[in-house]
Amino acid sequence: MLKRKDLLGIQDLSRDEILEILDTAESFQEVSTRPIKKVPTLRGKTVINLFFESSTRTRTSFEIAGKRLSADVVNISASTSSVSKGETLIDTARTLDAMAADCVVIRHSASGAPHTLARLTKASIINGGDGAHEHPTQALLDACTIRQRKGRLNDLKVAIIGDVAHSRVARSNTHLLTKFGSHVWLCGAPTLMPAGIEKMVCENVEYLHLTNSMDEAIQDADVIMMLRVQFERMNESFFPSVREYFRYFGLTSLRAARAKPDVIIMHPGPMNRGVEIATDVADGPYSVILDQVSAGVAVRMAILYLLLGG
Amino acid sequence: MSLKLNYQLMSSDEVTVTLNRMADEILKANNGRPVVLIGIQRRGVPMARRMAVRIAEKTQREPQIGTLDITLYRDDLTRVALQPVVQKTELPNIDDRDVVLVDDVLYTGRTIRAALNELCDFGRMRTIQLAALIDRGHRELPIEANFIGKKIDTKDNEVVEVKLREIDGEDAIYVMEKI
Repeated sequence: MLKRKDLLGIQDLSRDEILEILDTAESFQEVSTRPIKKVPTLRGKTVINLFFESSTRTRTSFEIAGKRLSADVVNISASTSSVSKGETLIDTARTLDAMAADCVVIRHSASGAPHTLARLTKASIINGGDGAHEHPTQALLDACTIRQRKGRLNDLKVAIIGDVAHSRVARSNTHLLTKFGSHVWLCGAPTLMPAGIEKMVCENVEYLHLTNSMDEAIQDADVIMMLRVQFERMNESFFPSVREYFRYFGLTSLRAARAKPDVIIMHPGPMNRGVEIATDVADGPYSVILDQVSAGVAVRMAILYLLLGG
Repeated sequence: MSLKLNYQLMSSDEVTVTLNRMADEILKANNGRPVVLIGIQRRGVPMARRMAVRIAEKTQREPQIGTLDITLYRDDLTRVALQPVVQKTELPNIDDRDVVLVDDVLYTGRTIRAALNELCDFGRMRTIQLAALIDRGHRELPIEANFIGKKIDTKDNEVVEVKLREIDGEDAIYVMEKI
C-alpha cells in the first residue's frame, strides 16, 4: 500500500510500491472500456492541474483519469494565472491549499519545484515533470507498457536514445528499470550526454551503460525508447543540423533491425518526425507509442486512487 | 486483533452439496431461462464458476459468467486506512439479461448496494437476483437474497470465513471470534 502523501519521483519509490501502482493500473484499464467510463470512487475530491510548461498528453491524461474517477478537475496554466502577474510558486500553492484542493499535479521547468510545494501543502503533490529531473508518471506508464508486452521488467536490454541531457523521461525510466534489474543503455551525441550521468543511480550501477554509438545501444535490444530533441530547452547549438542529427541518431527501420526480432519501439511524445524517429518506424508494427498513451490514463487513475482513495 | 475458531459451520462435502442445491434453485426459479452468473470478487468468483458447471450439466448449456470488483463503488473508502486492492471486473453483455449476483457472505448489505450501483452503470438488466452462501444477519440496508445456502445467527464480534479451494486450498466454512 502506498503510505505517502506525494508522488515526487521514481528514485525514492520501492519496487513494491511500483508494482502496486502497476497492478492497480492493470485493473483500471478495464474501466476505460466500459459503456459508462466513470466510477464514483473519488467523488467530491478536487484535483488541480498546475502546469507551468506546455503539455497536451500529461495534462489531458490526468484530466481524463480524474474525471473517470469522478473527481473535479481544474486546469491552471501559467499563462492564464496570476503567475503571469508575478505571484511566486509558494504563494500560488498556499492559495490552492486554502481552496482545499486534495491533489495538485504540477509541471514546472525548475527541478525540485514539486518537492518545494509538497513541503508547504496539505494537498497531495504529483510531479508531472520537473525540469530535467524526473517525470515519474511517464516512467510508470512506460513500465506498464513494457510489462504487458514483455511479461517482465527484469533482464531486458533497454536502449534510451537521444537528448539525454534535457530528458527527465530518461532519468525516471533509468531509475525504474535499473531498480528491477534491466540493463539501460543511455545513448546520445556527446553534446547531449551530461557529464556525471553515470553517477545518477546509486544502487545497481552495473545495469547502467553509456554509449555514443546508436548501433551499440540498439544491438539485441528488447526495448528502444526514443527521446524528443527538446529544441525549446536549447539555448545554444548542440548539433550542426537536424539532417545530420537524423543521420546519426534518428531511428530508421534499417537501424532498428539490429534489435531483437520482437523489439518494441517507444516514444514519450510529442514526436519530431524526421528528427529522432522516421515516420515509417513511428507508425510501424513494432511501435507501441499509442499503447503508452492508453496506459497513461490507467496509471494516472491508479496513482490518484492510491494517493486520494483512502 | 486476532481471531479464534468458534466452530466449523460446513465441511468440504457440505459446501459442494449447498452450492449444487443453490444452482438447482436458480435454475428452477428462472424456469430454465438462461441466466448470467456474476461473482463478486473474490470468493463469489469461484462460487459462480462452480454453479455454472452444475447448471451446464443439467441443461447442456453453459451459462455466461462474469466477475465484479466493487471496490471503486464502496461507501467507506474515505474511512478505511488503506485502500483495498482493486481486482478485475469482467462482464459479458448484461443488457436485458437475467443476472444472478453471487457472493459468499451476506452481512450488512453494503457490498450488494455497491454491486447494484456498479451493475446499473453497465446497462439495464431484466432482473437482478442475489445468491449468498451464508446469510449471517445484521443488515444495515433493505437488501435480501433470493437464494441462500444457509442462514445463521451471529454475534457482532464474530467473523464468518468461507474457504474455497481455488483461493484457499480447501473447502470449508468457519465461524471465528475476534479477541
